[in-house]
Amino acid sequence: MAAIPQTSPTPPEVPEQKTTATPKSSSLWLDAFSRLIRSKTSFIGLLIILLLLVVAAMAPVVATHDPTDQQLLDRYLAPSGDHWLGTDELGRDIYSRIVYGTRISIQIGLIAVGISAVIGILLGGIAGYFGRWIDQIIMRVIDILMAFPSILLAIALVAVLGASLTNAMIAIGIVGVPQFARIVRSTVLSVKETEYIEAARAIGAKNNRILFQHVLPNCLAPIIVQATLSIGTAILDAAGLSFLGLGAQPPSPEWGAMLSDGRAALQTAPWVVAFPGLAIFLVVLGFNLFGDGLRDALDPRLKQ
Amino acid sequence: MLKYILRRLVMLIPVLLGVSILTFSLIHLIPGDPARSMLGEKSTESQLEQLREELGLNDPYVVQYGRFVGKILRGDLGESVKSQEEISVEIASRLPATVELTVFAMILAMVVGILAGVIAAVKQYSWFDNLSMSGALFGVSLPIFWLGLMMIWLFSVKLNILPASGRMSNDIELHTITNFYLLDSLITGNWAAFKDVFSHLLMPGIALGTIPMAIIARMTRSSMLEVMKQDYIRTASAKGLARHLIVFQHALKNAFLPVLTVIGLQFGLLLGGAVLTETIFSWPGIGRYVYLAVMGRDYPVVQSSILIIAVIFVLVNLITDLLYKYFDPRISYD
Repeated sequence: MAAIPQTSPTPPEVPEQKTTATPKSSSLWLDAFSRLIRSKTSFIGLLIILLLLVVAAMAPVVATHDPTDQQLLDRYLAPSGDHWLGTDELGRDIYSRIVYGTRISIQIGLIAVGISAVIGILLGGIAGYFGRWIDQIIMRVIDILMAFPSILLAIALVAVLGASLTNAMIAIGIVGVPQFARIVRSTVLSVKETEYIEAARAIGAKNNRILFQHVLPNCLAPIIVQATLSIGTAILDAAGLSFLGLGAQPPSPEWGAMLSDGRAALQTAPWVVAFPGLAIFLVVLGFNLFGDGLRDALDPRLKQ
Repeated sequence: MLKYILRRLVMLIPVLLGVSILTFSLIHLIPGDPARSMLGEKSTESQLEQLREELGLNDPYVVQYGRFVGKILRGDLGESVKSQEEISVEIASRLPATVELTVFAMILAMVVGILAGVIAAVKQYSWFDNLSMSGALFGVSLPIFWLGLMMIWLFSVKLNILPASGRMSNDIELHTITNFYLLDSLITGNWAAFKDVFSHLLMPGIALGTIPMAIIARMTRSSMLEVMKQDYIRTASAKGLARHLIVFQHALKNAFLPVLTVIGLQFGLLLGGAVLTETIFSWPGIGRYVYLAVMGRDYPVVQSSILIIAVIFVLVNLITDLLYKYFDPRISYD
């Protein structure tokens, strides 16, 4: 037998400790979080979202002017020391309006996605869990909703319900239902075949209890990813509706509506259009970056 | 294959029925009296009654729905409340403009998106990969109406090199055959018109095509990366096949299936996005028609246009499914 060399080229202590130690137990969420913040892009996304939240919360402090205060003598002023991003057609400070607009964007994102998520999770959960004819009926309804380009269906719904921010949020919420329903259904289909669900059934748990306390909580990961990505889309769609005059109404500092107001002065005062659009872009980018990162972090196949 | 197509067509019936029920119900979702909503507060009771009678709003829902479907099947989409014109005629005259714009935007998105995705995958982690994928990330987050307006500001107002609105300049004459102006100018060999139509298409096409382009680029890259790891690519490489043949003939054809799915779905986005794009660029298509109808509360027009767009979208998705067979002969339809 060959003698085992007494000296090893590199001190093995640290790597050996790593490989022989039992893996530290950590929850799915903790694990995902540590992967999430290691990713540069999702970290930037998280920073943008945090910045949005801080600006929204501190709007009165961060803003330099009253967002609805009209100074007709100061119409269409170019960006300057007094008005950082210029003024609009009524002499209102664009920077302050964008700052206050963050509150509306968060509101749109949360309410519209909340509507999509609640209805979608319920429908997808029931369809996936109970299967058979209930599944058939629910999924055919979802197919029908998906036969319409989503922004178009939202436009049609707002057109009949009446133009307002509330109706825009409801419409965007409704057109977002199919995505949640489909994701939840497919996740429920796989979760309901697991042993712990079988065990729950074996101890006599009722369907409602199994679905809401055991199945759905285990479908959370894809739901959270979808919700994050949907917030960006909802803000984008709501801005589109407001741009068409179907969402937020004047004098609300909603970004899409600001862009629409500035259209007439595009030739002479492009900043009225440029900055609200940049704000929409930045926030949607933030949610997309974060949602993408979240999807990768929560995907067990990518786990190191 | 024919059996499969027939089966798919039969399966479309319940979806189309559902689509018709939903579009029919739109008018009944209007809070209060739809007739008053359309004619305005100043309308007289006799005017309202006349419109209710014209639209059949006094009949029971089932009768109204039956008549709605019956008329659609005969190709009758009703009349516009505002212009009193046949909606089917108005849609038919605007449809080519929208189809031309969406197809142009989609071709642009596919060519740039697939090419960028392929190069990014082949040269993974190179500067091109980083740049194009950052561009794609930005692209999916762009509000197209903002992009459109910024392009108008830059290319029409500042540089004055592209027209800001419309399909064709007034001083250009074009003999129309298909009503797809780009195609017509090619068929008739009218190069002045071709140049003019192309310059009108460019900005709305880019605005509309940016998001699909970004999504296609990302999908192509990830799908190509997956395929490039396969054994048959290594084999092709080992037997000395030229790099471009491996990439485009072996890898891309296999990587294309998920990309195709995305392309089919993106058509819906384009048709929806057309409302915003056509409004910004005063493009005389269905999107702008819907927008003007919504603003004028011309609900029969809104109803019919949305129905037509949904039917187009459903058919595009069917065609996408059928194209799968071409790209993946392993898919069995029996």
